[in-house]
Amino acid sequence: MTLTALAFYAFATILLASAVRVITAKNPVHSVLFLILAFFNAAGLFVLIGAEFVAFILVIVYVGAVAVLFLFVVMMLDIDFQQLRSGFLQNLPVGIIVGLILAVELVALVALHYVQPGAGVATAAPAAAVSNTEAIGRVLYTDYVYAFQASGLILLVAMIGAIVLTLRHRAGVRRQQIAQQLDRKRSDVVAIRKVPTRGGV
Amino acid sequence: MEIGLSHYLTVAAMLFTLGVFGIFLNRKNVIIILMSIELILLAVNINLVAFSAFLGDLVGQIFTMFILTVAAAEAAIGLAILVVYFRNRGTIAVEDINMMKG
Repeated sequence: MTLTALAFYAFATILLASAVRVITAKNPVHSVLFLILAFFNAAGLFVLIGAEFVAFILVIVYVGAVAVLFLFVVMMLDIDFQQLRSGFLQNLPVGIIVGLILAVELVALVALHYVQPGAGVATAAPAAAVSNTEAIGRVLYTDYVYAFQASGLILLVAMIGAIVLTLRHRAGVRRQQIAQQLDRKRSDVVAIRKVPTRGGV
Repeated sequence: MEIGLSHYLTVAAMLFTLGVFGIFLNRKNVIIILMSIELILLAVNINLVAFSAFLGDLVGQIFTMFILTVAAAEAAIGLAILVVYFRNRGTIAVEDINMMKG
């Protein structure tokens, strides 16, 4: 067994084990942490297969942004998680049945229709001198530039949507009102009085 | 034994199954359901990258990044909705979400 195979089995085992823990952990914070472990191992699988750029993006985007977002929400909301788990065992049989059927179907599909490595379209294999990142850039910024722009638009819409959804104005909070500040005139607020000597104001 | 395409596809299939299983298992907890959706999307990504690598076609990795984009947007919007919902109702139990009587 080569080193690559060993690494593959290690990554795959930890990936699947942490995925099991994600869905069965009692504490959702543990779920998020196991989700991060799963993402790291998936990134390891991607590196093994030669897709370094996607692996790094996976770590940066998923671990750095999405998982931290989950962690924030789980920790900020004061939720009674014991109450949410009350139907856990009740849902177990249906889940197991559906999961088993799905697993058998998918694995049978993979096993029956074994795809020979190297078979298929076999488009021009990237030259050895070009790294994975550069090859992706060459395709992404030429053939798929419109899709790339559209995905940027999706992120913009998601950002605006998240801000609009969570923004709220509380009553009774004094805020800076710039229009009012700029509207002040000298004549409204400053008065020059003649003060008599020794008389005071 | 050489690691081939079918190894990766099997791992992805099992991960996908675990994601679906997680949705059934945690019917009440929206946060875990969102995490299960992330697992499913990760399985799809593994499939795409595996096909891309073994067929020598980079388009699979391009689409993996698009899926990543959509997944990030989906997680952000989903969690924002969750925060607003919790603010209004004080709970995140899925079965309480029936105000629209859909």
